[in-house]
Amino acid sequence: MSGPSTYVPKSALGRWFESRLPIMGLMHSSFVAYPVPRNLNYFWTFGAILSFMLIAQIVTGIVLAMHYVPSATMAFQSVEHIMRDVNFGWLLRYLHSNGASMFFLAVYIHIFRGMYYGSYKAPREVLWILGVIIYLLMMATAFMGYVLPWGSMSFAGATVITNLFTAIPLVGVSVSHWLWGGYAVGDPTLNRFFALHYLLPFMIVGVVGLHVWALHVVGQNNPDGVEVKDVERDTVAFTPYATIKDMFALSVFLILYAWFVFFIPNYLLDADNSVIANPLVTPAHIVPEWYLLPFYAILRAIPNKLVGVVALFAAIALLAFLPWLDTSAVKSGKYRPLFRFFFWIFVVCCVGLGYLGSQEVTEGATLMARIFSVGYFGYLVVALPVLGLIEKTKPAPPSIADAVLAKSGVAH
Amino acid sequence: MIRFKSSLLAPATLALMLTGGAVALAADAPVEQPKPERQSWSFYGPFGQFDQAQLQRGFQVYKEVCSSCHRLSIPFRMLEDANGPGYSEAQVKTLAASYQVVNDDPNEKGEIFKRPGTPADIFPPPDSFPNDEAAAASFGKAPPDMWLLAKARKYERGFPNFVFDIFDAYQEIGADYIYAILTGYTKPEDTQWNLYYPGHRIAMPAPLQDGQVKYTDGTAPTVSNYAKDIAAFLSWAAEPTQTERKKIGLRAMIFLIVFAGLMYFTKKRIWADLH
Amino acid sequence: MSSAAIETPSRRDFLFIATGAVAVVGVGSVVWPLVDQMNPDASTLALASIEVDLGAIPEGQIVTVKWRGGPVFIRHRTKKEIDEAVNAPLSDLKDPQTDADRVKKPEWLIVVGICTHLGCVPLGHEGPFDGWKCPCHGSIYDTSGRIRSGPAPLNLPVPEYTFVSDTKVKIG
Repeated sequence: MSGPSTYVPKSALGRWFESRLPIMGLMHSSFVAYPVPRNLNYFWTFGAILSFMLIAQIVTGIVLAMHYVPSATMAFQSVEHIMRDVNFGWLLRYLHSNGASMFFLAVYIHIFRGMYYGSYKAPREVLWILGVIIYLLMMATAFMGYVLPWGSMSFAGATVITNLFTAIPLVGVSVSHWLWGGYAVGDPTLNRFFALHYLLPFMIVGVVGLHVWALHVVGQNNPDGVEVKDVERDTVAFTPYATIKDMFALSVFLILYAWFVFFIPNYLLDADNSVIANPLVTPAHIVPEWYLLPFYAILRAIPNKLVGVVALFAAIALLAFLPWLDTSAVKSGKYRPLFRFFFWIFVVCCVGLGYLGSQEVTEGATLMARIFSVGYFGYLVVALPVLGLIEKTKPAPPSIADAVLAKSGVAH
Repeated sequence: MIRFKSSLLAPATLALMLTGGAVALAADAPVEQPKPERQSWSFYGPFGQFDQAQLQRGFQVYKEVCSSCHRLSIPFRMLEDANGPGYSEAQVKTLAASYQVVNDDPNEKGEIFKRPGTPADIFPPPDSFPNDEAAAASFGKAPPDMWLLAKARKYERGFPNFVFDIFDAYQEIGADYIYAILTGYTKPEDTQWNLYYPGHRIAMPAPLQDGQVKYTDGTAPTVSNYAKDIAAFLSWAAEPTQTERKKIGLRAMIFLIVFAGLMYFTKKRIWADLH
Repeated sequence: MSSAAIETPSRRDFLFIATGAVAVVGVGSVVWPLVDQMNPDASTLALASIEVDLGAIPEGQIVTVKWRGGPVFIRHRTKKEIDEAVNAPLSDLKDPQTDADRVKKPEWLIVVGICTHLGCVPLGHEGPFDGWKCPCHGSIYDTSGRIRSGPAPLNLPVPEYTFVSDTKVKIG
């Protein structure tokens, strides 16, 4: 993906094949010879971790679909059947359900890393927007997957999220009936969510392909935010250097994943989802999965239905405009002291919204959620544009090689 | 990089303290509602396993007390689980045959009929309450199916406990809740008042009395022991595969730690070439 | 960094081989659950045996019962059918087996009702031997369920069964 390949297969058969379908050359130039900035830190390993999680979710998901029954009368029992009777069913299901959380944990670290080091800036705007699209698809997939066990929280979640569309003036109610295939969430809804939950991951794979393609065209950003000037001095080959580093990071990440799967698999599962869905009763305290909590808190912080829903979608959509909202010429937060201060306030707002999203609504909680929401939007639409104009940045090193030398010089 | 990491924690903690504080201030204090206390369970933690004798006692409590109103939708054969109650095949066969279950298919005359149960059958609903509606008619609320009860009940852990629970591998919230409810009938004059039930009014009248179930293994026949045994039994019934899970988990953990260690040194060696 | 430079190549190789071997073991142990999940599960295994009441089957009739998801023929054989089965010369058989080897009580023949050719269900009381005829490719079975002509290579298999009482049989 990074220009013409110089790869020449060793065997005659390899050369014969390569001249007809140069796939080995493509793999070689993309995943072996591809030059990677040599100053990347471990936050850059999350791309590989995410690729792994995507594959893990698809593999476990496909085998779970061999046992799951997408019908309102059978779904709940079929999930318990997987948990109890299917060989290793409990393992596959816990890998899949906790895998979703691990996937989001990794994607949030990946996103915040991009925001801190200015990875969305030119020439990486398209790369960033593709990432936002992947994030949106992930949320849709996770939401529909959460509905499938047909517990009472699944049902409440499906009801609340699909009811967001009733906020659309004039056609809202018709849209929600269309989504449900009825007058409420029911069997038809469950069936279509299952079909889409199976489809969307493959769309994610497609967009991830574009994301990687775009990455390999513009090259990776790096902690110092200076572009590669001299491939020889500034970069290392993807294989073995980046691959081995990615695999080490992945193996550490897997320890965390395994801890959840084997020892606290129900930690992130709401107890109400072990109660079968009942359209006549909503659980006393409904909360979405943790990775959607900040957006849920924004929705609840706003007293007007339409405005709340618009704010919810705007909170996500605004991310796509980040490359143009940030006006600074310097990429990395490392050389932007004032930016760094606001960035951490933004992180605090996100974490705070997440916590509030899990709490019951009280006056104090709503007030805090409003303050954090203002912080969230304020960072994106006020702080970032203004900072670029007024901030006095520190001098970035002239090249990646200089940055590495300066760092190891300090270390000695 | 070092500055990056240390500065990560401070604002996050600050945020949680701020929000937590605000929520605590704003919440008005209703009737006193103590949280269930943590009990010690043999199946707690990565090395925890079920106590077979306790599960058998718990099943006895279910059979003699709970089963008159609560259904338990597990197949009889599950009671043979060696990691669970571990009854023998013959015992389970006899037990199953003592229940009348509705046959899946009608007989040759086209009639739905009942027959003695087999190990593959699921426990039938209680005789007095063939369906939820019948149960709701007597109690105002249907007694829940108990097969998943231990996973379906919780209490709020609150900050910072929910953070500690990750490292503590605390997964017995449901068992602690069930134990608390069964021992929470602290007003003898009001059998539907429960200390731990949210709002204190509970539809289930106090189900257990001291001496009600005759244990044969010398365990004291107290409400507290009954509550503990049934909570343990229901924890098994809700997730019978958890012993297998922990055994495999231990192996997986050791494997991953060794693998990560090897990867660390391999990575170091490969990068050493670079300098 | 300088320590690596003086290290002998064999120590490096050992580290790489060890890491690679551990990785292979890891991948292998992940693959097994993915394969094993397709095997019959606990609820299926629990239904692996059934009990059938023979009292309701009159002489001369064949009853088909469902066992492990497929058909089992229970045939209450008449005197004539038993004689035919017993007197068939072994030299005429493609898959030689005496009738005595295939039944526990002569009047009751219990066989899996799946043609050994390609898995169709044969029709009872058909064909020149009063046994079964497979509608798919014309395999002919006799009153002992043995293959007599047609493409099927083997006799209809006899499942494992025991008589629980005179009128009750447990299959599986």
